[in-house]
Parts: sequence; C-alpha cells; structure tokens
Amino acid sequence: METYTALRQFADSWALLGMVLFFVGVIAFTLRPGGKNAAQNAASIPLKED
Amino acid sequence: MSILDKHVLIERNATLLLLGSLFVVSIGGIVEIVPLFYLENTIEKVEGMRPYSPLELAGRDIYVREGCYTCHSQMIRPFRDEVERYGHYSLAAESMYDHPFQWGSKRTGPDLARVGDRYSNEWHVQHLIEPRSVVPESVMPSYAFLKETPLEVKNVAMNLKANKAVGVPYTDEMIDNAAADIKAQADPNADTSGVLARYPKAKVGDFDGDPQKLTEMDALVAYLQMLGTLVDFSTYDNTSGYR
Amino acid sequence: MKYTLEMVVLAVGAFLALVGAGFAQDRAFGAHMWVLFFVLLGSTLVLMRRINFQPVAAGSAAPQSEYFDEVVRYGVIATMFWGVVGFLVGVFVALQLAFPDLNFEPWFNFGRVRPLHTSAVIFAFGGNALIATSFYVVQRTSRARLFGGDRLGWFVFWGYQLFIVLAATGYLLGITQSREYAEPEWYVDLWLTIVWVAYLVAFLGTIMVRKEPHIYVANWFYLAFIITIAMLHVVNNLAVPVSFLGSKSYSAFSGVQDALTQWWYGHNAVGFLLTAGFLGMMYYFIPKQANRPVYSYRLSIIHFWALIFMYIWAGPHHLHYTALPDWAQTLGMVFSIMLLMPSWGGMINGLMTLSGAWDKIRTDPIVRMMVMAVAFYGMATFEGPMMSIKTVNSLSHYTDWTIGHVHSGALGWNGMITFGAIYHLVPKLWNRERLYSVRMVNWHFWLATLGIVIYAAVMWVAGIQQGLMWREYDDQGFLVYSFAETVAAMFPYYVMRAIGGSLFLAGGVLMAFNVTMTILGRVRDEAPILGAAPLPAAAE
Repeated sequence: METYTALRQFADSWALLGMVLFFVGVIAFTLRPGGKNAAQNAASIPLKED
Repeated sequence: MSILDKHVLIERNATLLLLGSLFVVSIGGIVEIVPLFYLENTIEKVEGMRPYSPLELAGRDIYVREGCYTCHSQMIRPFRDEVERYGHYSLAAESMYDHPFQWGSKRTGPDLARVGDRYSNEWHVQHLIEPRSVVPESVMPSYAFLKETPLEVKNVAMNLKANKAVGVPYTDEMIDNAAADIKAQADPNADTSGVLARYPKAKVGDFDGDPQKLTEMDALVAYLQMLGTLVDFSTYDNTSGYR
Repeated sequence: MKYTLEMVVLAVGAFLALVGAGFAQDRAFGAHMWVLFFVLLGSTLVLMRRINFQPVAAGSAAPQSEYFDEVVRYGVIATMFWGVVGFLVGVFVALQLAFPDLNFEPWFNFGRVRPLHTSAVIFAFGGNALIATSFYVVQRTSRARLFGGDRLGWFVFWGYQLFIVLAATGYLLGITQSREYAEPEWYVDLWLTIVWVAYLVAFLGTIMVRKEPHIYVANWFYLAFIITIAMLHVVNNLAVPVSFLGSKSYSAFSGVQDALTQWWYGHNAVGFLLTAGFLGMMYYFIPKQANRPVYSYRLSIIHFWALIFMYIWAGPHHLHYTALPDWAQTLGMVFSIMLLMPSWGGMINGLMTLSGAWDKIRTDPIVRMMVMAVAFYGMATFEGPMMSIKTVNSLSHYTDWTIGHVHSGALGWNGMITFGAIYHLVPKLWNRERLYSVRMVNWHFWLATLGIVIYAAVMWVAGIQQGLMWREYDDQGFLVYSFAETVAAMFPYYVMRAIGGSLFLAGGVLMAFNVTMTILGRVRDEAPILGAAPLPAAAE
C-alpha cells in the first residue's frame, strides 16, 4: 500500500503539474512570434513538386 | 530568446521527437496500470476462490479457442436488472486466476459469469450441439464437433506449470496429479476424492453423456458448470467489496 | 543470382516450419506450421523462377530512382486486396448473426471468423494502408530515399504479409489469445515485433537522413503511431508459452490487471493506429489533393501533443461498472471527454484546409471522399466521448451501439481517407495521366456513404433498443423480456446491417476494378463529372 500511495500522490501532484507545464510549453513554443515563418515553411513541404 | 529557439530542436530532431512522444504516451499507462499491481484491494481475498481443476482449465482453453468471448461477457455489472437476470455482481477476485480474463465486451448472447449450476449437463450438451433445439431464438453456432473430438490431455501438466509461472498457485501435488485428475473428474467410476480435495466444489462425473470417452465437450461443460459457483454469496460480506 | 540470401532464408524457414510441424506439442500448432511451411516453400519457388542467370554485366545496375516506390505499389495493391477480403468477411459475419445456419463448424463459426474480420480490416487493410502511405510520404517530405536499402523495405512489406497470413489462418484453426485486436498467439506476436522494429528503423532512418530541415507534421503522427503500437504490442502480449513447440500461451496478467492492460492496448490501437496514423495520412493527402497547404500548421502541432497525451488514458472507459476500481474508470471517462478537443482540432484543420477551395468538393470526387472521411472522424470522435460517460455507457455497453460506433469510425474515417489516398496515389505511382474512371470514384463515394449511414443508423436503433429491453421492468417489478426475446428482436436490424455492409463492399469492389484498369493503362471514355468545368450558373 505504501508504494501505491506514494505513486498516487506523485501522480496527483508533481506529475500532473509537469505534464501541464509541458503542454503549456508546447503551446508557447508553437505560437511564439517567430514560429509563423517556420510553420509556413513546414506546411509547404508536401506541395513542393515530387 | 534562446530558449524559444529550442523548438527547432524538437521540430528538427527526430530522436527528440521520438523520445518526447514515447515519454508522453508512457505516462498514462504508468499512472493508470501500475497502481493496480500495488493496490491490494484490487484483488481482495474472497473465500472459495481456487485455481481451475485440470479439466476446467482445458474447458476454459476451448472457450477461449472458440472465441466465446466475442458474444458472451463474464462480468455482471452492479445494476438491478443485471443482478436479477444473472446473479450477484462480479467481484474482481472471481477472475483472479483468469489468464487471460474473459470479461468480454459484447452480449450477443447472455452473460455467463454465473451460468454454473443453472442448467443440467444434458441441457448444455444439447444446447451446444443444436442451440435452436432448446432456445428457438438463439443465433449461436453449433458446436457438435466438440462431442466427437477427444480431449488432448498430453499437455495438461505443462498447462498447469505455465499457469504457475504466471502466478496461479498450483502446488506440486496438483501438477503431479494433473494427468490423472483430468481423466478422473469426467469418469463416473473413478475415485474422485483426490480431485475434490485439491479442487473443492469441482463438479465430477460424466458431462457429455458418453462415459466411455473423454471429449472436448466434457471439458467445456465442466468449465461452464463451475462458472460463478466458487464464492458462496450467502456468507459473503457485501460491504467488504472494494467498489 | 539476385535473390540468393532471400531464398536461403526462406528455405531454412520452410525447413524449420517442417520441423515445428513434426514435433508439434498440440494439433493446432502442427496444422499452423504446415501452413507456414507451404507459404514459405511457395515463396521460395516463386523467387527461384525469377532468377536471372545472365552474368552480372558491368554497370548493369539501373540508375537508382530518387524514391523507392516499388514497395509502395505493392502496398497499395495489398491494401486494396485485404480491404475487399476484410469487407467480405464482415458481410459474412453480419449474415451469420442474422442467419445462424451460415456457421460451418468448426473453422467458420462466428467466434473464429469475427477476429478474422476485425484483424483483416484493422491490421491487413489499415496496417498495409499505413505502411504504404507512410513510406510514400516520408520519402517525399524528407526528400530522401527509404532508409536501409530496398531489402529493408521489402522485408517490412513481406514480413507484414506473412504476419497477416499466420494470424488469419491461426484464427480459423482456433489459435487465439482471446485479447480483442491482439488475438495472434505468442510466436506470431514475436514475428510482428521483429517486422515492426524493421519498420521503425526504415521510417525513422529516412527522417534522420532527410534533406528537408523540418520534419513535416504527417511524419510526427506516423512516428507516434509506430512507436506507440510497438509499446502497446509488447506489453499487452506478455505471456508464457506452454511449450516452444505449442500454440498455447497464458497471459502474464490475470483478471483486473489483464482487463485494464488489454483495454489500454485496445483503445490505443484505435487511438494510434486508426487515429494518429490515419491523421498522418490526412495531413499529407488532403493538402496534396486540394493543392493547398494545411489550414493551420501550428494547430496541427498542438493537437498532436494533446492527442497522443490524452488518448493513452482513455482505455478504462471500456470497463465502466466492472470490477475495475472506480478511480480508474473515472480517470478514463474524464480523459475520454477531454479527447474531444484535440480530435476536433484535427477535424477542423482537415476541413478548413479546403477553405477558399470549397468548389473542389463538388468537382473532385476524391476531395469529396476525403472531406467525408474527416466529417465521419468528427462525428465518431463526438460519439465516442459521449459513450464514455458512465451513465450513457451503462446503456450502450455490451450492445450493438458500440459496434455501430466503431464502424462509423472505421468505415467512414479510416475507409474513406484510405480510398481517397489510393485514388490519389495510383495514377502517380503507375505514371498514368488519370484514373481509369472518375465517375466510378463518384459511384464508390455514394455507395460507401449510403452503406455507412445505413449501418450506423441501424446499429444505433438496435443497440439502444437492446439496452432498453434488458432493463425494462413491468408494474409488478419483474423484468419484461427474457434474454432470448431480445435476441429475436435484433433480427431485422442484423439483416439491414448486412445490407449496409454489402453496399460498402460493393464500393470496395468497384474501386478494385477501377484501380486495376488504371494500372493496366486503360482510360474509360466518359463524360466529365458535372461541374468539373466551372459553370457560370453555379457561381453562387
């Protein structure tokens, strides 16, 4: 039961926080001002002739 | 700005993308599944549960082989209609020796978690041979060939050993006697005191209507007849269940 | 001698299969090894006939083309072939449920044929579609030839076909683990693991040696699909074989743990094979066919991370009200509901890619097919979260509603997007100016759409009626219906479901014909689709 409680508490607190931060980080990275050009470049990859 | 430029790392580096994805997809599994292995309440000890007898296990293997789980569940949910239709809701402990579980996901036919003792052996045999002769509305396939197919018994001790390897508490005595027990349980003339001592509440005697032969029908009916009969709910304390 | 190594390996494999058949510990394993022996022997003979005894001329190696497309061509044909087989078996099992006399014991009883249907459609049709398109897409978006040389690509392709043949014949012989969508036994699982690692190496290697600076988002989805399926496959299939010369194994887990492991696998097979993989397909082929970049590349990245993160938690919604602890059920439900957002992020991104080119839906049946696929994706991913709510699930679980839900996703989303991708690929891969017949694509579209709508609608009604009948009480407080009566009530729905499935199958056959004629280089003389040329009257 000890291991379980410890795991559960860790999952409910730090792991949850970490995952939320990770996700917020992904959003911030993606939407940061300089990202638009990179995104446009990447989006056009399939349309270059093949 | 240097940290914001790091996005290029993940967007351009395939290894990082791989590790990132792997990390993210592992979390859910670890948090959800791992605790179940530590949580003692997941499988509370319930009186009456025991490993399957060799004949029941052979029947269970046939149940798996024929894909019975594609139409029959073995998991009664705690609703009034299900409890009235099928019996006491299923406990986690009742499938603690099930490798693999047979809870199912679809009820084209009724739930079988407590089908044991509900019908006679003769009914089961007739139903498996020609389902519509006893239940006209049934859409179940016929399994007449089970009665003609002799049960493969040479692997029985190995089957028990493999189950032991994954955690079913078969004793050495059970394994040593497996080959004899599988025959004795379905033989009306055999001395079954050993079988009953090792596997309390096991159903003994001829199952398929042909005492001369040990067939797959014997094994499957022996399995069906013990389903849900091990726990005595007249003495079971409902409040002890984890829910 | 072009195929020396291949022939030696196959011949050794055939010999080992023969040994396995001779020393088999149980009847089923013996029969399965005979199947394997004849498959490998046949393959060896085919290769022998292709031997070229010309001396190796100096510089005879044909100049290597930029991309390795031969394996993609085979993959497209395999996708089509297994698709038609899978749909056909589906119609057969549907009819078995309506007319039980169609069960032919022991090999063709419902319990053995149903896994054949599900695996044929998910792994043979869907898996081949994913392997073929991922090889095509990763080479073009990386501007690099497939990593590992032709031999690795061929190994992945033929290794996967061998897996399919072994799985399918195994089911009919009664060799199964009874884990839904993971039925193949331990030795077939081991083989798939080897093939899958080779697949990962080929795919990831191509990304590593790419000449594009960016990794296109379609490859993110494909990569997440490949590694997650690897992880799920390995964990869910952990088992102890009774004998190394026997077909039977016992799962490493039991009861509750086994159930959760299986549905963690089962739901993520949907989430990563049927969703993430096919989203990869969507992110390449919709922009390509519509000739416009994806609506929002940044949305695609955000919904990628959200999707792969949330899907992995959703499995327990298959186990509502069972003996699984409550907290796990609730966790599964919460994440399933949240999953609506990233799912719809993908749908919006796919649909809005066409903004400014909506007329293509009218003029290009391939675009229409892809749009319908995305629409069904949106519908199925709305229905799914709804069904994961515990109160709804208490009614829908164990009924045909679930079956209907699965099929609106599988036929509507996976089927339609694959058809669209195939119609897009075939003229390119075989250097044809256009398809044999565009009108047939239009027919395929309507047959498939009508088939799915009939199927899904009938299964809703059937499932809800079934669920309500099971729980109906009369004034005296007695259950109104016996179980057998609820079975009898399903008959008309099962017949109608088979009709819907047959329409979908007919569309698949039409596609196979159309594609075959295109490959043969034929062009059907036909009037263009109405509106293909801009009509002045249709300006608004």
